[in-house]
Amino acid sequence: MPAFPRAAAVSTRDGGLRANLRHATHTIRAKRAAAVAELDDWERLRAAGAAIKDRTLRHLDHYLVRLEENVTRAGGTVHWAADAAEANRIVTDLVRATGEREVVKVKSMVTQEIGLNAALAEAGIRAYETDLAELIVQLGDDLPSHILVPAIHRNRGEIRDIFRDRMAQWGRPAPEGLTDRPADLAEAARLHLREKFLRSKVAISGANFMVAETGTLVVVESEGNGRMCLTLPETLISVVGIEKTVPTWQDLEVFLQLLPRSSTAERMNPYTSMWTGTTAEDGPRAFHLVLLDNGRTDTLADRVGRQALRCIRCSACLNVCPVYERAGGHAYGSPYPGPIGAILTPQLRGLISPLEESLPYASSLCGACYDACPVAIDIPEVLVHLRERVVEGGEVTVRGTRTVIKPARKHAAERALMRTAGWVLDHPAALRHGQRLAARTRRFHPRRLPGPGRTWTDSRELPEMPAESFRDWWARTRGGPTATRPREQAS
Amino acid sequence: MRVGLFITCVNDTLYPRTGQAVVTLLERLGVQVAFPMAQSCCGQPQFNTGYRHLAEPLMRRYATAFQDVDHVVTPSGSCAAMIRDNYPRIAAKAAAEGRGDAMSEAAAGAVAKTHELTEFLVDILGVTDVGAYFPHTVTYHPTCHGLRVLRLGDRPLRLLEKVRGIELRELAGAEECCGFGGTFAVKNPAVSAAMGADKARALDDTGAAAVCAVDNSCLVHIGGTLARSGSAVRPVHIAEILASTEGSVL
Ligand code: SF4
Repeated sequence: MPAFPRAAAVSTRDGGLRANLRHATHTIRAKRAAAVAELDDWERLRAAGAAIKDRTLRHLDHYLVRLEENVTRAGGTVHWAADAAEANRIVTDLVRATGEREVVKVKSMVTQEIGLNAALAEAGIRAYETDLAELIVQLGDDLPSHILVPAIHRNRGEIRDIFRDRMAQWGRPAPEGLTDRPADLAEAARLHLREKFLRSKVAISGANFMVAETGTLVVVESEGNGRMCLTLPETLISVVGIEKTVPTWQDLEVFLQLLPRSSTAERMNPYTSMWTGTTAEDGPRAFHLVLLDNGRTDTLADRVGRQALRCIRCSACLNVCPVYERAGGHAYGSPYPGPIGAILTPQLRGLISPLEESLPYASSLCGACYDACPVAIDIPEVLVHLRERVVEGGEVTVRGTRTVIKPARKHAAERALMRTAGWVLDHPAALRHGQRLAARTRRFHPRRLPGPGRTWTDSRELPEMPAESFRDWWARTRGGPTATRPREQAS
Repeated sequence: MRVGLFITCVNDTLYPRTGQAVVTLLERLGVQVAFPMAQSCCGQPQFNTGYRHLAEPLMRRYATAFQDVDHVVTPSGSCAAMIRDNYPRIAAKAAAEGRGDAMSEAAAGAVAKTHELTEFLVDILGVTDVGAYFPHTVTYHPTCHGLRVLRLGDRPLRLLEKVRGIELRELAGAEECCGFGGTFAVKNPAVSAAMGADKARALDDTGAAAVCAVDNSCLVHIGGTLARSGSAVRPVHIAEILASTEGSVL
């Protein structure tokens, strides 16, 4: 069995995880619906968001050059990274050049995507996560499982234990007798982190948006830790996916409405930090922007799949997804879980292993994600498009070169079955013959299916085969000129 | 008005009663219906699993089978959604592969005239009281494709509310997917079963005697899950409720 189904099957048996997830996603789902309902032009904003992203993506080369010019003009330095390894190398070298061995980090998906913390650790540099949930994940030696709430799979008791047992190894220990009251947990984290903000000379961030017309980067957050990291250290290194570009401040305005309402169900984010290059005697002395590709231009080459690059990482699709709710975030095998992960990961990485091949099938195509998405990404459409890539192969772009990939091997039996079924369905006379045969032998049909169908009958009863198909009933009771076409009688 | 019935491969093979109910209902409302024998499957299982090319002949077959009628009525929200939402996509992709025009024509013709049953009753015939009688407690499960692709809204409920003798029960979390999803149920059995179990529990809590929907494929999954858990709630297609009268209660 491929990766997602197996991982998801384990999670569905974890009652605690399912209860945590259900509670968290349903709470935020309801709040989000209320926050969205407050705006009577939501659908138009959504369409505007999608249109701005599409236009920007179509001319991404142009806007990226403008962005680079403006960042440079404002005193920043731009670096281009084709993949994760290159980005990690650039960041590691930049940190080394400062002579520092520690960095503070603002919560960022893209640094998870490239595995930056591990790369820094290998170079002897310690990276401290400063977002509360990321801190929990880091101290627990765990992986994030939600875009917005990376520690959504943990409850308060677990968090208290993690703080008590692990904080000392990473800096200031947890206070004696720490309880699991949210206020106490937050205070423990605050004390632990405050030392790091004040001591660190280097910070690493991502960005939610990059405004090309001025070279400005934007981070929205709730806790204020991000602002600390963005303003206190001497050197700021921002690693950002190239798709985060927006042309102008006017475009930005649309997203600053769409994002908080979809994400945290707030009218605006508690902290919106914006920085443009460097400024004398205020904020970081040095600013580096690492622009990351890592599969994005390849994704851009796919006309159907490229809409995944509109994503503003609000996590609304996760919170409404019935599959995510049962499978949990870790089953998706990347920092991008849920519906967006199911279409983004196989595109950014390529269909390189059973995990990526199984992700497009990690959906019942119920469409709740599409309805929730603030930039109207038709996730079901992309899922089906990628399924075709899995079973039929076809042309894809890998590192800028058009390549033909072969169908995934393990689908051979399914393909044969589909072909046969397709032939039967396209020959109604054969179909009718099959129906009659099945009806005649119906007393002998097993109540449990053999082979891959067994999983179906493990948890469900099969319907009974009727004695007569509709087709036969129609022919028997009202057969006449409209009933049968001459061509069909011959086939 | 020439109306063709699209009964779908699942209904044809496993649920002929649903098709018979549609015929009874439409004829009672004065609609003359035809059942072109050349019809088959809409191609949804093939398309949704990634075999777009295998769906192409089925799309052409559909268009040809129904070329002589003004409207096609089908008792399946997901098949109607397949035709309306995906046939144009199939045609566009075929055109991009240089196999254009015939496909686009087939798609355009099919899309314009295909209606899910409750849509046809409410929008084309303009009726909500179809003269039905069904003396049971019933809850309604809005299937995903009916809800989010066809945007059926409250059409099915408006029809159900006018059924005499019926007592409608509200379903908690009604808009959540039941976990069927075609081949999803086979490819991700554990998640599908977990979704089905949650849906079955919500249905059981309504205390209704029956759950109805616009799609037998969701009902086979829901019904199978209910039966396995020993629940008394039984699945019934909405067409069978709307076709029932005092003389012939199902
Ligand atoms: S795909 Fe849409 S809903 Fe999901 S995280 Fe991205 S922007 Fe949000």
